[in-house]
Amino acid sequence: MLDDASIAETDHAADSIAVSVWRGDASGGTWETFTVPRQPSQTVLDIVTWIQQEADPTLTYRFACRVGMCGSCAMMVNDEPRWTCRTHVGRVVKDGAISIAPLRNLPVIKDLATDMDPFFDKWVKAEATHHPSAGRHDDFAAVLPDDEQRVEASAGIECINCAVCYAACDTVAGNPDYLGPAALQRAWTLYNDSRDDAGGAILDAVSAQGGCHSCHSMGSCTHYCPNDLDPMGAIAGLKRATAKRFFRRGRG
Amino acid sequence: MLDFRLYMAQRLSALIMAPLVVGHLAVMIYAVQGGLSAGEILGRTQGSLFWALFYGGFVVAVSVHAAIGLRTVISEWTRLRGGMLNGVAMAIFATLLVMGGRAVLAVTLV
Repeated sequence: MLDDASIAETDHAADSIAVSVWRGDASGGTWETFTVPRQPSQTVLDIVTWIQQEADPTLTYRFACRVGMCGSCAMMVNDEPRWTCRTHVGRVVKDGAISIAPLRNLPVIKDLATDMDPFFDKWVKAEATHHPSAGRHDDFAAVLPDDEQRVEASAGIECINCAVCYAACDTVAGNPDYLGPAALQRAWTLYNDSRDDAGGAILDAVSAQGGCHSCHSMGSCTHYCPNDLDPMGAIAGLKRATAKRFFRRGRG
Repeated sequence: MLDFRLYMAQRLSALIMAPLVVGHLAVMIYAVQGGLSAGEILGRTQGSLFWALFYGGFVVAVSVHAAIGLRTVISEWTRLRGGMLNGVAMAIFATLLVMGGRAVLAVTLV
């Protein structure tokens, strides 16, 4: 990992950068190389934007906020999943070159834009949707920040749905039914949320085929999460919760 | 729920295997240190219900554990799913059980 001084030093190491961009669609594609001018504090998203605006307007990609909040712009950079808007070129450039490709483990729509439907469908399949325990006429729920369960829930709620963990996961690559780290982490935060009323349904959902028990704890999700979250820890929590229920009830 | 039940069966079989592996290693080291011959070892294991249950339990746990683990590997490395996948896993389970069972019987039957 480069420190800020090193990034500043490498920022003007070359006048231009050779960028290999994956071009194609669901039926296949190929790499196309562009020469992009180097700029101070340049991000990978800046590179993609420059290519579309200055070199080839047909390049398709997705972004929105540009500040690491919306989770739209994740791509494979040098074969590793990253949020491109917060990835400085100085951190990833190798020998004056960078490769940029669509996120792994998701169908490609065109060029760098992937179809996120399978990713979000799995959130619903994991029961990673809020199940209210109270209605609008009830009092506000008291949420104590230091409560043990709340601490578990709070640890995972900053997920921005960027699918970097999903792209990094080798279990998703080998098992298309696997719900993936993001959906399971969301299920874990809701399981620990005192305002969610479907703990049993969540445990049922994550115990089904492709659920949390398919995880091999390889840890790519936690390693690559741009927000420093720990989906692998959340999945381990789900495994513990389902095992505890098994011993309590004597069944799955 | 099949995935979850297999997950639990694999963890529980590991729990059974762990102390048996330690026991097996300890017995091996003891037998080698003491300079026991094959005949002397067989003299102690044949007719012993304890050793039959010790190694019989190990064989059952290994058969369950390995079959579930290989089922997962096969499902991730090939397109095998459903009944075919379960059939292959059952065949692995049965093969390990029969081969291991024969070995246990060979050293514990009088």
